[in-house]
Amino acid sequence: METILNVQKLTMNFGGLRALDKVDIDVKKGEIVALIGPNGAGKTTFFNCITGMYDPTAGDIFIEPPGKKKDRINGLKPNKVTKKGLARTFQNIRLFPNMTVLENVMIGRHCRTHSGIAGAIFRGISTRKEEKRIIEDSYVILEKIGLSQYVNELAMNLPYGAQRRLEIARAMGTEPFLLLLDEPAAGMNPLETRELDQLITKLRDTEDISILLIEHDMKLVMSLSDRIFVVDYGKKIAQGTPEEIKNNPVVIKAYLGEELDA
Amino acid sequence: MFLTFPIMVIRVNTIENVVEWRWNNLYMVGIGSFALSMVWRYMLKRKERGGKKADNGPSDAKPLAQKILENRKISVPVVVAVCIIVMFFPFVFSMYQTSILITALTYVMLGLGLNIVIGLAGLLDLGYVAFYAVGAYSYALLNYHFGLGFWTVLPIAAGLGAMFGILLGYPVLRLRGDYLAIVTLGFGEIIRLILENWNEFSFGPSGIANIPRPSFFGMNLSVHSATIYTYYIMVGLCIFTIFVVNRLQDSRIGRAWIALREDEIACQAMGIDKAKTKLTAFALGATWAGMAGVLFAAKTTFVNPASFTIWESVIILCVVVLGGMGSVVGVIMGALVLILLPEYLRAFSEYRMLIFGAVLVTMMVFRPGGLITNVRRRYKFEGGEGGGRKE
Repeated sequence: METILNVQKLTMNFGGLRALDKVDIDVKKGEIVALIGPNGAGKTTFFNCITGMYDPTAGDIFIEPPGKKKDRINGLKPNKVTKKGLARTFQNIRLFPNMTVLENVMIGRHCRTHSGIAGAIFRGISTRKEEKRIIEDSYVILEKIGLSQYVNELAMNLPYGAQRRLEIARAMGTEPFLLLLDEPAAGMNPLETRELDQLITKLRDTEDISILLIEHDMKLVMSLSDRIFVVDYGKKIAQGTPEEIKNNPVVIKAYLGEELDA
Repeated sequence: MFLTFPIMVIRVNTIENVVEWRWNNLYMVGIGSFALSMVWRYMLKRKERGGKKADNGPSDAKPLAQKILENRKISVPVVVAVCIIVMFFPFVFSMYQTSILITALTYVMLGLGLNIVIGLAGLLDLGYVAFYAVGAYSYALLNYHFGLGFWTVLPIAAGLGAMFGILLGYPVLRLRGDYLAIVTLGFGEIIRLILENWNEFSFGPSGIANIPRPSFFGMNLSVHSATIYTYYIMVGLCIFTIFVVNRLQDSRIGRAWIALREDEIACQAMGIDKAKTKLTAFALGATWAGMAGVLFAAKTTFVNPASFTIWESVIILCVVVLGGMGSVVGVIMGALVLILLPEYLRAFSEYRMLIFGAVLVTMMVFRPGGLITNVRRRYKFEGGEGGGRKE
């Protein structure tokens, strides 16, 4: 299996604070990879570096989209990164609250469409066709994610779990090859979490994309992921399959602390 | 009641050096304020109840204005009636009436332009009047130096407006909210001060007079017919503005603007180029101000920096906020109310601004979303496979 995301020695300093210290991570095609670690370990910083929100201090981020050549994406603007095929969701929901559910997904389609000001004013045939395609594509995505009953609802009126799923739908709108989910199950009840589990697996299987997720819900992480990376204090402390991670003493120490008499 | 006591009740008669106590007035003020507070309470209660009802009821309960707009049976005759009134207005009413309607329509244009920047893209721009000044002065100066006519300058001014929009937009790309407001405020003042102090260029505070009115195929019209002609140009331009703004709003770019207003970070993460989107908003907003400026100069035949103070920016901002941010019909209504109300309140002479202020406050208390709030477009889907149809 080919590697589609390869991060080497990624380091990020905020003033004197080293939030990430030489982290290596790789994601292969069709994989679900989880990134776990205690609070403040630098997981979200890692996401922000990859998606261009932060410019990393050192290290390299390479992507290799299926069928395209290898590319270094350090320091690119977030919109450029998205255009290259990396889409993300946010830890605290960041939808467009006063837009409808459909429009939220239509925004996701933005970077794959082209009509400009002149097109908007004169509304020629190509613009109208494109607009129709945007609407149809967005609707199809909503159907897949299971939100089609909310099409015209304002995003802020949606139930919490649905808002989380809408974030995924919006990210899917950008046609990513790698989806980065930042705590997708945060605040969800067990039923919603189970649905999310199925949804993520379904996306991987049917949409031909890979997924990198940050999550605290260990049950979800263990059942979902093919491989797990563990970070603590900005350093990668372990990696492996769920089974390996479960029994790794370093990981247990990071989460539960050291035993006093050991 | 106590506040008005000194003015309304006590009167010092300076000729006879006695104090007159006008107790009758006290009763009047008392009764008046009592009645007003009753009405106020009643309205507030009604508003609260209305709010609760909307929460409990089905989510598609729409405000009255929206219902009127959506119901074809009502909206078509209303539009026809408005068209007829607009067509024959200058022949039925006096020149004075026509003239203030031109002013109101200028503000419709300005409001719709600013609506792109504030209502859609969510960039609080307090220096909008600068672009208006750019438009007005470009007509005045180009005409003075090169003798260019109204129709030649109109597109040039639009272009210059857009250029200045980008000029302002570039340094403020990273700013948001309050900071942006202050920088744009400064920008507006810079333009005004340049116009005021650079005598060789703009003739300073004395301004430029004798700007020709728009010519009608080379004919020179009398003041009366020129006003009517200007009126029709204004109506035409307004319709053009409404058309373009409406289309922009429903386009890919319009959506990007709204997304930018809603959440800048998420917007960027979804692949929208923040810088480009902001600059287009500034440029397109400024374009309309530039054109409105040309029309203003042509109508008054005189421009000076005093017409482009911060107060103008504030009025235009009021038009947008009062009308309803992001709503085209709302902004039109807002402009008409805000500009025509003070004119027709002239009968109340010195109480004019007082009433005007009271109306503004009441409006914002009872309808914080503006006269007509913007409603998102709904799409209808039949069957599973796409077939998107706009409603």
